[in-house]
Amino acid sequence: MEEKKEIQDDIASIRSLMERSSKFISLSGLAGILAGVYALTGAAAAFYLIREPLNYQQIPFLHLVSILPYLIGIALVVLIASLATGVLLTYRKAKRKGQPIWGKTSRELLFNMAIPLVTGGLLILILLYRGYFGLVAPASLIFYGLALLAAGNFTFSDVKILGISEIILGLITTCLPGYGLLLWAIGFGVLHIVYGWVMYIKYDR
Amino acid sequence: MNIPFEKLDKAFENRIRLQIMSVLVANQRYDFNSLKELLAVTDGNLASHLKGLEKEGYITVHKSYLGRKPNTNYEATSKGKEAFKHHLDAMEQLINQQKGK
Repeated sequence: MEEKKEIQDDIASIRSLMERSSKFISLSGLAGILAGVYALTGAAAAFYLIREPLNYQQIPFLHLVSILPYLIGIALVVLIASLATGVLLTYRKAKRKGQPIWGKTSRELLFNMAIPLVTGGLLILILLYRGYFGLVAPASLIFYGLALLAAGNFTFSDVKILGISEIILGLITTCLPGYGLLLWAIGFGVLHIVYGWVMYIKYDR
Repeated sequence: MNIPFEKLDKAFENRIRLQIMSVLVANQRYDFNSLKELLAVTDGNLASHLKGLEKEGYITVHKSYLGRKPNTNYEATSKGKEAFKHHLDAMEQLINQQKGK
């Protein structure tokens, strides 16, 4: 009996180490839910600002240009709040799981996300500069989806499913000009809440 | 039916060696400091177990420099991976045998 216990302990430690050494398993589901809530709040604020039907192709160009700085401001606030919440909650979970927050796995995760994210970010700046406002929402969804797909190899593979969903939604958004804000709210709001909830139930507790 | 304990690899008798090997089987390469952080062991302890595994021919060492800091990476050899697999098989058999009793 003594040996059996020892072997079972060995197996448990092997299993845990193989996972902890290769994947960053401290991502917080709760952070995903909150990021979704921030995104929905931001989208509601943007909608209030535009004060026009969802179809913003019909918005007078001058009106759009005058509110553009505010829209960018809202987007930045949502982004920063989501990142801060994500880092804080992930830090807490990493502590609990005994995984370093700035270790080999989290570095690989961030590095692999960074390339599509930076590419997408620069593309969006160029689109804004050149006046292709309608392409900003689909581009942000598609490149965020690509970043998540890349990240999925270094954390829970559920992240890949979220990534693919964002990419599909981004392509749909490209086909439906004028519904960018609505579909953006679904992608960054609703999908994050659903995904965060699933992750919370599966891994956080 | 009696499966002897000799089937278990002596090189993995120590828990830390077994843990090192699991990390190196799951990852292509792993560096000394990340390994130390992950296993929560001291420098000396980790180094001596790594030496032991290297002597068995289960792992290889790659030394390089990141700027001025030495950066030592470890990689499991195919012999090491094979041995690890056999060890797991033996553990599985032992457990199954105990269950039968």
